[in-house]
Amino acid sequence: MSAFSTTEAKLTRDEMAQLVAADIPAGAFVNLGIGQPTNVSNYLTKEQGVTLHTENGMLGMGPVATGEDIDEDLINAGKIPVTELPGASFFHHADSFAMMRGGHLDMCVLGAFQVSKDGDLANWHTGAEGAIPAVGGAMDLAIGAKATWVMMSLFTKAGESKLVEALSYPVTGLGCVSRIYTEVAVFELRDSKVFVRSTHGISFDQLAAKVPVELTKA
Amino acid sequence: MAPRIATSAADAVAEITDGSTVLIGGFGNAGQPMELIDALMECGATDLTVVNNNAGQADAGLALLIKERRVKKIICSFPRQSDSWHFDTAYRAGEIELELVPQGNLAERIRAAGAGIGWFFTPTGYGTLLAEGKETRIIDGKGYVLETPIHADFALIKALKADTLGNLVYRKTARNFGPIMATAAKAAIVQVDEVVQAGSIDPENVITPGIFVDTVVELGGEK
Repeated sequence: MSAFSTTEAKLTRDEMAQLVAADIPAGAFVNLGIGQPTNVSNYLTKEQGVTLHTENGMLGMGPVATGEDIDEDLINAGKIPVTELPGASFFHHADSFAMMRGGHLDMCVLGAFQVSKDGDLANWHTGAEGAIPAVGGAMDLAIGAKATWVMMSLFTKAGESKLVEALSYPVTGLGCVSRIYTEVAVFELRDSKVFVRSTHGISFDQLAAKVPVELTKA
Repeated sequence: MAPRIATSAADAVAEITDGSTVLIGGFGNAGQPMELIDALMECGATDLTVVNNNAGQADAGLALLIKERRVKKIICSFPRQSDSWHFDTAYRAGEIELELVPQGNLAERIRAAGAGIGWFFTPTGYGTLLAEGKETRIIDGKGYVLETPIHADFALIKALKADTLGNLVYRKTARNFGPIMATAAKAAIVQVDEVVQAGSIDPENVITPGIFVDTVVELGGEK
């Protein structure tokens, strides 16, 4: 039985977020990275019962705060004011990161510059001359969560694949990514292989011609 | 011993001298002890090593300490932000040393110092630039990096409320680094909105027990 599927059109960013949200198991504890992954929260349903973690010390994070709900003591990792849901909890930074490296957090969804076929992740530093490096919680999240999923556009502006044989950007974590959502395909990395679960606006063969790693239909 | 109740922010930081290592709480502006940092600025101490998640925002607090070149070294996880211009300038001029640490390692190194842990192995950063030159080990098939505790002379912390014995309660995500920094410094200096009598905080709700707190200053607050 093949799990592979295809659609005519590329996925929009919102459709990607919707797809990721639908794949998150019910009841999971999840950290959504800054940027595109944050959109996933818009598509989580109440029935899913997913609890959002923010590494600056909170479980049960609610939507972005507006108006009178804005409280400078209640922010997310992107330093944006947020709200708390019933059953939320606060904790200090060492506990927060113990939730990752201790294997308690089910999943994180991160952006990426590159992912290798072995699941190595690059998302913290371009390595460019003169760039001031900043890492934040990226390295802890990448290797700490039980599952690390990536959301990214598959190609750079120059048309180069960001799914690569070996990283050319500095490493964030080794062998940590198990799934990649892009606008043209969803990849699953397991058993030392790259499976294509679905393609969008591109055929499997066209995709295989553009991506420099061996692909297998899921 | 009960903590000293300082009369002002200036009084609270009076003992901080040149060359001190200072842990400063806060994640962005949440939990940043702004008045204590301003007082540190006023007291003139220089050649400081500062530990904070960031490297200052805009034109306030830690950013000003860096602007005035009072910080010789910063240990942090996320220096580069849209409004970190004072750090950026100092860094590009080679006038501040940066030790970049993954955020969880930063927290754990502070926690380890407070808990009397020597060195420890952590999986975060294994195989990356930030582990270069550090001892590594494979434990149960997984790579780990040897990291050291971060001990400090002082911690500057913001909490919501202290009692006269130094027991602390924080507020929402402003808690962040406060509890672990209080444990890792020889002297923890805490600014609070309100100091209350011992016994007025339910012991079940104390987040930082007073044993870790050395100086408290009440600065009032709007909350």
